[in-house]
Amino acid sequence: MTPARAMNAPEQPAVFEHRHAGHCETGVTAGLLRHAGLELSEPMALGLGNGLTFVHLPFFKVGGLPLTSYRQPPGSIYRTLARRLGFKLRRQRFASPDEGMRALDAHLDAGRVVGAQSSVFWLPYFPPTMRFHFNAHNLIVYGRENGAPAADGGGSPVYLISDPVFEHPQRCAGADLAKARFVKGALAPKGLLYWPEDVPATIDYARLVPKAIRGTVNMMVRTPVPILGVRGIRYLARRIEKLQQGDPRYARLFVGQIVRMQEEIGTGGGGFRFMYAAFLQEAGERLDSAVLKDASRQMTDTGDAWRQFALAGAKFVKDKKSQDFAGLVTALNACAEREEQVYRFLLKNS
Amino acid sequence: MKKTEVPQDSRPEYGGERRALYALDDRGQYATVPSAGWRADEIVNQQAVDEYRRLADEALQRARAGQVSALEFHMYDRRMELETLAQATGLWRWRVRRHLQPAVFARLSPALLQRYADALGVTVAQLRVIPSPGVIPSAARDLVRDDVAAGDPSSPRSSG
Repeated sequence: MTPARAMNAPEQPAVFEHRHAGHCETGVTAGLLRHAGLELSEPMALGLGNGLTFVHLPFFKVGGLPLTSYRQPPGSIYRTLARRLGFKLRRQRFASPDEGMRALDAHLDAGRVVGAQSSVFWLPYFPPTMRFHFNAHNLIVYGRENGAPAADGGGSPVYLISDPVFEHPQRCAGADLAKARFVKGALAPKGLLYWPEDVPATIDYARLVPKAIRGTVNMMVRTPVPILGVRGIRYLARRIEKLQQGDPRYARLFVGQIVRMQEEIGTGGGGFRFMYAAFLQEAGERLDSAVLKDASRQMTDTGDAWRQFALAGAKFVKDKKSQDFAGLVTALNACAEREEQVYRFLLKNS
Repeated sequence: MKKTEVPQDSRPEYGGERRALYALDDRGQYATVPSAGWRADEIVNQQAVDEYRRLADEALQRARAGQVSALEFHMYDRRMELETLAQATGLWRWRVRRHLQPAVFARLSPALLQRYADALGVTVAQLRVIPSPGVIPSAARDLVRDDVAAGDPSSPRSSG
C-alpha cells in the first residue's frame, strides 16, 4: 500500500496521516480538522455534529425502495460542527470536470489537503460488490503523482486518497476521480471540494456536549413527526407487519434495504449506535459525568439490539421461505424501546 | 458490542481491506476494531447485487427476443434503474422509458447515444450491442467479476 505522503510537495511539511474510520463523513471531518491542528475523535465529530438520527421516508425511493437512514443527510455533520466549533467551512463546486480537476491540482500544489464528495460506483478501488449509485461519499485527497514526466506530455496523474472507510490509503486515476466527482443525479456532488479554515485550537466540551446531546435527544423523542426518531422506528415496524399481505419478494428487498442502510460501508455498523456510545463515553470522561457514562452503556445495548435486528433481517432475506415477520417486528420494537430509554434517561438527568 | 464480538467473517471481495467498527475493549473502553466482514451484512449486500443481476438477465432475454432495446440491459447491468438513469442523463423519465423500445432506440441521434454511453460508462458501440449468450460485455467486466464469475463453473475461482 502507498505510504501516506504528499508526493508533489516535498517542501510541504505536514504529512497527511491516514486514519481508518467507521464512516466517511465523520472520518473525513475528523481527518481534515486533525490535519489543521485540532485533535477531534470521529465519535466526537458524530456527537457534536448531531449526526445521529432515525428516519424512514416512505415516498423517497432509493433504487425503488424507501429510504431508511440512521444518520443526518450528507453534509449536515460538517455544517453543524463548523457552527459549533466556530471554524470556517470553505466549499467549492464546479461547472465542469476540467475546472474541478484544475482546482483540485491547485489545492494540492499549494500543499492543501481537501475533502471531496464523490460517487461510490465510479471509484475503482471499491470492491465490485459494494459499488452502488450513492453520490454522497466523502474522501480526502492528499497528493498527486504524475504518470509520466511533464516533458513526455505529463501522462495522466494518479491521486492519493485517504478514504476513511478503507484501512489503507488508496490511489485513483485522474479520469476515474473526475467521473466520480462529476456524476449527475440525486445528491450530485458537482465536484464539491471543502476544507476548514480558522480552526480553533481547543474545544469547549463543557459547553458544547450538553447542547449537542439535547438537540439529538429532542429530535429522537420529542418531534411530532411520525417518521422520525423513536416514533419512526415504531412506524417502520408497523410497515413491516403490513408487508405480510404483499409480494414476498418485495418484502425481502424492503427488509434487506433497511439492514443495508444500517450496515453498509459508510454507516459504521449498528446503525451508528456504537459510534454514538463511544461519543457518550468520551464526553463522560472529559466532563467526568457518571450520567453520560451510564448513557454510553445503554447506547451500547441499543447498538446490540440493532445488530440483533440486522441478524433477523439477514436471516429473513436469506431464507426465502421465512414468514417470520413477527420476529422482525419484535426485534425492531426492541430497538425502539431501548432507544427511548436512553433518550428519556438523558432528558431526565441533564 | 465487545471487541471479541466484532465479526470476522472473511469476505474475499474486500480485497484484504477491513472495516473499522466501534467496540469495547477489555477495560470497557471504546476503540475502532478492524472487522474482516459480517455474514449478515454480506447477505443483504449480495441481495442487492443479485437483484440487479436478475433484472439485467431478464432484460437481456427480452432484448434478444426483440421486445426491448439493449439500453434496458445496460441500465440494470450498471446497477441503475429508470430513475437513476434519467437523473444521470438529465432526461425526463418518459423519454428514457421510450428509449427502451427497440425501434425508438435504433433511431436515436449520436448525441443522445453519447449521453447514455457517458452516464453508463460504456462506449456507444458497446451500448448498441445486445451481448451474445456467455459473453460478458467488456465494460461490465469489472463489475461482474465477483457476482457472475462465482456462479460460472469454468471460472478459475472454483478450481482454486
